Amino acid sequence: MAYTQEMLDSIKKVEAHRAERVKAQKEGRLLDSERRLTADEKDILLKENHPDYIKEQFAEIKMGPNKGQKAPIELVEMLQAHSRIKAEDIDLDKIDYDVDVLVIGGGGAGSSAAIEAHEAGANVMIVTKLRIGDANTMMAEGGIQAADKEGDSPMQHYVDVMGGGHYKNVPELVNTLVTHAPADIKWLNDLGVMFDKEEDGTMITTHGGGTQRKRMHACKDYSGAEIMRTLRDEVLNRGIPVVDFTSAIELILDEEGKCAGAVLMNMETHELYVARAKCVILATGGAGRMHYQGFPTSNHYGATADGLVLAYRVGAPLLYQYTLQYHPTGAAFPSQIVGALVTEKVRSLGARLCNANGETFMYSLETRDVCASGIIREVKRGNGVHSPIGDGVWLDTPMIEELGGEGTIEKRIPAMMRMFAKYGIDIRKVPIMVYPTLHYQNGGVAVKTTGNTTTNETAIENLFCAGEVVGGVHGENRLMGNSLLDVIVFGRNAGIYAGKKCKDVKVGKLTLAHIAKFEKELDEAGIKTDAVSPKILPAYAKNVHGFALNEELTNKD
Amino acid sequence: MEKMVNVFLMGKKYEVPESLTIMKAFEYAGYQLIRGCGCRNGFCGACATVYRIKGDKELHGCLACSTQVQDNMYIAQLPFFPLVKEIYDINKISPNEQIMMQLYPEIYKCIGCGACTKACTQGLNTMQYIAYAQRADFKKCAEESFDCVMCGVCSSRCPAGISHPQVAELARRLYGKYEAPESKHLIDRVAEIVGGKYDDLMKDLMCKSEQELRDIYDNREFEK
Repeated sequence: MAYTQEMLDSIKKVEAHRAERVKAQKEGRLLDSERRLTADEKDILLKENHPDYIKEQFAEIKMGPNKGQKAPIELVEMLQAHSRIKAEDIDLDKIDYDVDVLVIGGGGAGSSAAIEAHEAGANVMIVTKLRIGDANTMMAEGGIQAADKEGDSPMQHYVDVMGGGHYKNVPELVNTLVTHAPADIKWLNDLGVMFDKEEDGTMITTHGGGTQRKRMHACKDYSGAEIMRTLRDEVLNRGIPVVDFTSAIELILDEEGKCAGAVLMNMETHELYVARAKCVILATGGAGRMHYQGFPTSNHYGATADGLVLAYRVGAPLLYQYTLQYHPTGAAFPSQIVGALVTEKVRSLGARLCNANGETFMYSLETRDVCASGIIREVKRGNGVHSPIGDGVWLDTPMIEELGGEGTIEKRIPAMMRMFAKYGIDIRKVPIMVYPTLHYQNGGVAVKTTGNTTTNETAIENLFCAGEVVGGVHGENRLMGNSLLDVIVFGRNAGIYAGKKCKDVKVGKLTLAHIAKFEKELDEAGIKTDAVSPKILPAYAKNVHGFALNEELTNKD
Repeated sequence: MEKMVNVFLMGKKYEVPESLTIMKAFEYAGYQLIRGCGCRNGFCGACATVYRIKGDKELHGCLACSTQVQDNMYIAQLPFFPLVKEIYDINKISPNEQIMMQLYPEIYKCIGCGACTKACTQGLNTMQYIAYAQRADFKKCAEESFDCVMCGVCSSRCPAGISHPQVAELARRLYGKYEAPESKHLIDRVAEIVGGKYDDLMKDLMCKSEQELRDIYDNREFEK
C-alpha cells in the first residue's frame, strides 16, 4: 500500500519545514512550537488525552487483595475468571518436575533469573509457553539506561525515573534499578553482548524521553534481541532445562500457604504436569495482547497478563494495575505493521514529530505518556494525517540523515529501515506515519521491599516476581530504556535471592485448595462469568471467536 | 471490498485479502497459531517460512510476520529446525581459530554455493559471515551477522550441514567479550558504586518528599 496523494501532499509540507527544524537542532535550540511543557501543562494534557484517564474503560475489582480498585475492563475480566482446572483434575502426588527454582517465563527476566539461580547452585528449570526468547525483551529496540558516564550519576537517573513515573514509583525499587545499572551493563558486556562503542571503548549513548543525560546504551536497534539471544545462549550453555510450549496455568501452594510449584499445560497436547519447586519466579511479562481499549500493540504474541492472573488467584496484591504505557510512536501505516514499534531511538537520533501541515507541535522527547497524549490531542484537533486505515502524525525520519550524515539510519536503526522497506517505504527519504500503540504494563504484582532494596519476593512466601509482571518500579509511567534494565536488574536479583532462599525451604504437602476458595469469593462477590484465565494466547483465528481478522488492524480506534 | 488472492497454506488453497501478511493469512484462514508465531514483527525468528510462486522454480525464505501474501503463493512453515548448538563456557574459551575448528568444524566444509545467503530472511550475506568465521575474524563475522534473527532458514538449505546462526552467535559473544574495546568509564563507575561512593547521596534522595523531588526534577539541566 503506497502513500495516498493526500499523504504525499502533506509530506511536501513536512519537507518545506525540514530545514528550519534541522537548523534549530544543529544550534541546540528548540523551535517555539516544540518547547518543553511545564509541569502544569503536562498534567492537563494527560488528564484530557491519556487513555489511562478514560473512566469508562476501567472497571472496579470486586474481590481479592485489590478489591475496590480500578483496572482495565479486559484485565478485570481475566482476574475475576475461573481457573482452567479444578483441584480434583490433578494428582499432586504425581510429580513430573521436581526442582529448587522454577522460573515461569523465558524472556529477559526469566533467563537472567535462571542464570543467577544456577550460579547460586540451585537446580533450576525454565518453563515457557512459547520458546525461550519469544518475549518482549527480544523486541526492545532502543536501548538500556545506565548512569555510567562522567557528568551523570545514579542520583540523576533516580530523579529522572521518579519524575517520569509521577513520583509514584517505589523508592527502594528505583534505588535498586539505578544503582545496579552500571554493574549489570558490565555483566552483559562480559557475557559478550555487543554494545555500540567508540573505538576507545566509550559507550555510544543517546537521550531517551525524559532523560537529563545521554545514558541510553544500545546495540544498533536490535538492543533487546542482542541481549536476549546472548542470555538464551548462556542458559543453554549452562544446561538449564527449558521446557518450551508449556504454559503455567495455576500456581501450587503448600499447606502453609507458601508457593510450592505450578500446574503446567502442554500447549499442543493439553497434557497437564505438576512441577514442584522450593521457590517459584514469575517472569511472565506484560499484557499488550489484551488490546486494552482496542489499541493495537507493539507486544509479543504471548503478552496476555498471565502472571497477574496466577499471582492474584493465590492472593498476591497488585500495584498500579490501572496504568498502561502507550508508546507514542507505533507504526500507523501501512496496514501490515499497524501497532508495530517505531523505536524512540528514531527521535533520539533527531527525527521530529510533525502534523499534517508539516509543523512540529510539541517537544518530541517528552516522557512517553506526555508524548502519546500530545499526538492524540493533535489528531483530535484535526491536525492529524489521514490515511485509508486511520489517522496519525508524521515522524520526520529523513532529518536523521541530514543531522548525522548519510548512512546514519542504516547504521543506527537498520531494523526500522528494514521494517518499512518491506512495504516500499524508504525512511531515509520520506517521513513515516505514527500513532500511539499499547506498549507496556506499568503496574503489576507488588513485591516486598527490605532496607533500601528488594528480594523480589511477593506477599506469598517463596513466590518471586521479576520484569514487566512487577508493579512499582516505574510508577505510573516508564522511561525508555528502563525496561531492558528492569528485566536484567530484577531478573538477576530474583534469581540470586531465590537461589539462596531455596536452600532453606522445606516444601510441605502440595495443595490446590486456593482454587475452590477463589471460586467461593467469586460467588460471594456476585460475579457471574464464563471466562477462564490465564488467557495464554490472543484469539486471532477467524473461526475461533467469530470474525477476528487480525484485531491489530481492526482495533485501531 | 479488498482484492483477494489465492494462497496455498501447507498446500491447501485459501482465498485471502491481498494486503495480509502470511501470518495473518493463516489466521484469516482459521488457524490458531501456537508454533510459528512469536514477536509478530521481525525480531524473534519464530515464523520461518519458505514459499514458491506458481510457475517459478525459485524457493524463497521469509518471515511470515513481515511478508505480504502474493497470488498463487505456495507456503510452508518451518516452525522448528534442528540447528546444532554446541555447549561451551564463555569464560574458558579464547577468540582464536581453534575454537571454531573445535566447536563447528563443519564450517570448513562450506562449498560456497551461496544457498544460505539466498535464503536469508533478513537479507544478510550469510556465506560471507561464515567465511569470516573460518578465518577467525570474529569482528567482521559479528558485524555481518548482527541483524540475524536465528530463524534457521539458511541452515535448512545448507549442503554442508552448517548451523550458521549458532556459529554467528559464538562469534558475536567472542567479539563482544574479548575483542571489543573495554569501556573504562563503565568499569570506573561500577567500582565507585561498589566502593559506596553514592550510598549516602542515594539514601538522602530516597528520603526526599514528593515536593522536594519535584523541585529537583523541574529544574534539571539537560545534556545537549
